[in-house]
Amino acid sequence: MSDMQDYNSSLGDAATSRKFETFSYLPALSIESTRAQIQYIVDKGWNPSIEHTEPSHATGNYWYMWKLPMFGETNVDAILAELEACHKAHPENHVRLLGLDNFAQCAGASMVVFRGTSV
Amino acid sequence: MSEKAYNAGVKEYRETYWMPNYTPKETDLLACFKITPQDGVPREEVAAAVAAESSTGTWTTVWTDLLTDLDYYKGRAYAIEDVPGDDTCFYAFIAYPIDLFEEGSVVNVLTSLVGNVFGFKALRALRLEDIRFPLAYVMTCNGPPQGITQERDILNKYGRPLLGCTIKPKLGLSAKNYGRACYEGLRGGLDFTKDDENVNSQPFMRWRARFDFVQEAIEKAEAETGERKGHYLNVTAPTFDEMMKRAEYAKEIGTPIIMHDYLTGGLTANTGLAQWCQDNGMLLHIHRAMHAVLDRNPHHGIHFRVLTKVLRLSGGDHLHSGTVVGKLEGDRDATLGWIDIMRDSFIKEDRSRGIFFDQDWGAMPGVIPVASGGIHVWHMPALVNIFGDDSCLQFGGGTLGHPWGNAAGAAANRVAVEACVEARNMGRELEKEGKDILTKAAAQSPELKIAMETWKEIKFEFDTVDKIDVAHK
Repeated sequence: MSDMQDYNSSLGDAATSRKFETFSYLPALSIESTRAQIQYIVDKGWNPSIEHTEPSHATGNYWYMWKLPMFGETNVDAILAELEACHKAHPENHVRLLGLDNFAQCAGASMVVFRGTSV
Repeated sequence: MSEKAYNAGVKEYRETYWMPNYTPKETDLLACFKITPQDGVPREEVAAAVAAESSTGTWTTVWTDLLTDLDYYKGRAYAIEDVPGDDTCFYAFIAYPIDLFEEGSVVNVLTSLVGNVFGFKALRALRLEDIRFPLAYVMTCNGPPQGITQERDILNKYGRPLLGCTIKPKLGLSAKNYGRACYEGLRGGLDFTKDDENVNSQPFMRWRARFDFVQEAIEKAEAETGERKGHYLNVTAPTFDEMMKRAEYAKEIGTPIIMHDYLTGGLTANTGLAQWCQDNGMLLHIHRAMHAVLDRNPHHGIHFRVLTKVLRLSGGDHLHSGTVVGKLEGDRDATLGWIDIMRDSFIKEDRSRGIFFDQDWGAMPGVIPVASGGIHVWHMPALVNIFGDDSCLQFGGGTLGHPWGNAAGAAANRVAVEACVEARNMGRELEKEGKDILTKAAAQSPELKIAMETWKEIKFEFDTVDKIDVAHK
């Protein structure tokens, strides 16, 4: 039994336990991997979109939109700059990047790029 | 004076039902049968007989034939082809006018196409390989209750395959212990847990107690992880009324998804349940017990691509598809073919994947293929590559068999699937670089590291029994 590790998750420990869907079980995305994920969204022809929320309200369908979705934007630097601007304006919040597929009318990608401070 | 007079007796089928010059209409339902005739019976005669016996015909002429326009209502055998690599049988293509089938009833379609004709003495064996459902008929069916996009929105899951686990042992747990197994899996990072197909309402665990305990497991795991969860509550039951009683209760306690076995439960029950799910905002997971009885023999029965089309029309949001890589039968190209049939809106004829007809689904939503059976974390790179995001990957033993328990097993699979998706998005080749991708991810996840050590050696490498027909002589 001594080799066995306890699974550390509880209602009381939000910082460890609360997840936020795709990629939240991996270490936070580095700037380089974020760039690669942005490139993937652009290559798919999806519209990049940025949303943010207080971590305590992350479970709802609607987060705050950061401006409008960046329809037709394919410049990785420009998209990254908007993510950083959103993070700077809301440093405590989760900031997520979506790739909106208007044909499926569904997000083809969604990932939290800046992780907020859990309470 | 009418053109036809009544002559009692037996006519050769081909005089009426073999029409090599017939051009199928857009609205015709088309079928491809693989026919193994008795020795000495000409191909045209057998093909015509199959057309007759699956539509208007019977073995002898009857006077009431002349009260209608049988030439309009009859099935028409319009083409015959060799089966590559097999001289014992041939393909026959038959067109049926759409009027032969009640609207919205796959039950009626199958009763005709795979009815008496399968017992016909002039045949040694008969297999229904494919059906082209005309769009005009597709539009009369209700289809999947929610569809893929709506399911993603209900569950808030984007940009990755869904992750599930079938609870084991499949029989014998009490409701409270069963709920514990679900809770542990869900808190570890699964999207779904699943009732096994034969979990209905046995003495050791009645359905009502199971529903209550499992719902508590879902709600606690959701509160703990902040993610949306579900468990396929199996409502398959001895009678339609009993099934609906269980479905209504599942809705009452606020569970998002229920489950039905569409072949053993029956297509009438399935179609009714799917319609109810659409009306009540429920997702419907479909199990396929009994399919291998129908689809595994290459010469007799119904191919799974037909059963797939039938389910999409009858209604279901998930359907088990085989894994290609796990413990259960499934040829890779053929599996890719029926996965497309589940999800895409238009599928082109492609003999290399066993698809005999173009199939247009119009606006009918798609079904999520479920890969389940003998898979573990080492299969993850191949599964993500083969199935893509619109799929549900289900690890039963590959979750519950983790040395540290279900939560750790679930976390291992969740880390693995996310690592594979991240790597794929970065342009890496999953099936080639899988080991490296998983090993790197395991450096940050002790649960994944232990999982990779536990299952390293397990392989299932038997040849498939039912392959695509290609020349191999």
